[in-house]
Amino acid sequence: MYPSRFRYEAPRTLDEAITLLRYGGDYAKVLAGGQSLVPLMKLRFASPELIVDINNLPGLGYHRADPDGTLRIGALCRHVDLERSALLASTQPTMAAAAPLIADPIVRNRGTLVGSLCHADPQGDWASVVLALGGSVIAQGPGGRRTIPVADFVTGPFQNVLEPDEIAVEAVIPAAQGVRSGGYLKLERRVGDFATVGVAVAVESSGPTVTRAGIALTGVGGSTIAATAAAEALVGQPLSAPAIAQAASLAAEVARPRTDHRGSAEYKRHMVATLVERLLSRSGGTAERAA
Amino acid sequence: MTIVYEDHGDEAAAQVPVRRIRFSINGAKKIAEVEPRLLLSHLIRRGLELTGTHMGCDTTNCGACTVLVDGRPVKSCTMLAVQADGHEITTVEGLATASELHPLQEGFKEEHGLQCGFCTPGMMMAAKALLDVNPDPTEEEVRWALSGNLCRCTGYQNIVKSVLWAADKLRSESAG
Repeated sequence: MYPSRFRYEAPRTLDEAITLLRYGGDYAKVLAGGQSLVPLMKLRFASPELIVDINNLPGLGYHRADPDGTLRIGALCRHVDLERSALLASTQPTMAAAAPLIADPIVRNRGTLVGSLCHADPQGDWASVVLALGGSVIAQGPGGRRTIPVADFVTGPFQNVLEPDEIAVEAVIPAAQGVRSGGYLKLERRVGDFATVGVAVAVESSGPTVTRAGIALTGVGGSTIAATAAAEALVGQPLSAPAIAQAASLAAEVARPRTDHRGSAEYKRHMVATLVERLLSRSGGTAERAA
Repeated sequence: MTIVYEDHGDEAAAQVPVRRIRFSINGAKKIAEVEPRLLLSHLIRRGLELTGTHMGCDTTNCGACTVLVDGRPVKSCTMLAVQADGHEITTVEGLATASELHPLQEGFKEEHGLQCGFCTPGMMMAAKALLDVNPDPTEEEVRWALSGNLCRCTGYQNIVKSVLWAADKLRSESAG
C-alpha cells in the first residue's frame, strides 16, 4: 500500500518547521515516530498534502526532571527511551508500568509519547497515563508557546486543539506533592494489541493519607476518560478497603464501553472496577487483590 | 532506483516530487532518488532488489519487514524511504558473508526455527538487535524481544531455541 502523494519537508529548526506548517497549504501533518500516521496514510484514512518530518530537529529526544521534580518529555523521545529509563523507574511508577505495554518492541523504537497524545486515539495508552498524572502538552506556534492541560488537549477521537501551525514540542508531568505510587494495567488479547481495557492510577500520599489521586481509563469510550469522582473520593484518607472499593465502583460508572470483538460492554465495565481495585491495592491499600 | 509514472502532461509532471537520499545498506553507501511516499520496504525490495525483507501484513502488525535502522529494529513498511537519508540500514542479507552463515542463520537451521520461512528474516533482525545489546538473554527476554514479530507456523518454540542457540554460538566465538 502506498500513501497518496504528498510534499515532504525535513526542516532542521523548529522555526522552519512552524513556518512550513503555517504556509504549507490546507492540510499539513507533523511526522515524528510515524507509527500511527504512516499506517493511516497507507490506508488513505489520512491524505495530507504536506508532511513536515521533525525527526531532524535537534534536541527533542530528551526526557528529564527539573530540580523541583517536574518531568519533561520531548517530542522525539521514543517509547523505548521511556521503557529503559532509570529516571522513570525510580520516580514515575505509572509511566514506568505503561511504557513496556505500548504496542510492541519494534514499534516502540520509533513511536513517541508526544505523538501518541497528539494522535488522540481513544485506545492510546499514554493519554490515560498523562491524564491520571495531571500532565499537559506544550505547543509552539508562530506566536510562541502555550501550555495545554491534557484534559483539554483532546477534544474527541483523533482530534486535538492544536492550531494548524502549532507543533506539540513537549509533554509535562507535574512534580508529585508527596510520595508517588500507582501503575498502569492493560488487558489485551495478545502483545501489541490495543487495550480491551486499560486503567491508569496515579496516587500521591503524605504518610498514609492520599493527597492527590488521578484515575483514567483507556478503550472504554469515545476518548480517554478521566474518572474524576473516583479519584477525588480517595483524597484526604488512607487507601482503606472500603475507599478502594468505592473508587473502583465510581470508575466503572463513568466507563462507556461498547460490545465488540474484544469483549462485551458488561465485561469491560467489570474489568475497569477490577483493574482499579488491583492497582490501588498495590499502591499500599489493604483490599484483597482481585483474582 | 527508477519509478515510472503515467505522463499526464507538463503540469502534472512538474508535481512529481523526487528527493535524493544518501544512506548505507548492509555497509554499502548508496544514493537513491525516491518519491516521498515510497516506503522503506519498497526501496529495499524493488529499488535495491534485496528481497530477503518480506512484506507481510503491510499494516505494522506482523514484523516480517523488520530491518535495522542504525542498529534498532524498525518495521520497514512503516517508515518512509526518504527518512532513511543519512542512516544505516541492515537487512537480512547483511547477516551472512559470502562463505559463512551468521550464527543466527545457523541457529534457525540447527533448531528448525522456520517452517514456511516468511517471518524468518524479520525474526532474525529483531533477534540480532537483541543479541547486539544482550548477548546472554533468558528465554523470557528472547520472547519479549520477538513479541512484535508474528509467526503462523511454528508456535515460536523453535524460533526461541534458535535465537538461544545463536546466542551461545556468538558467546563462544567471542570467548574463543
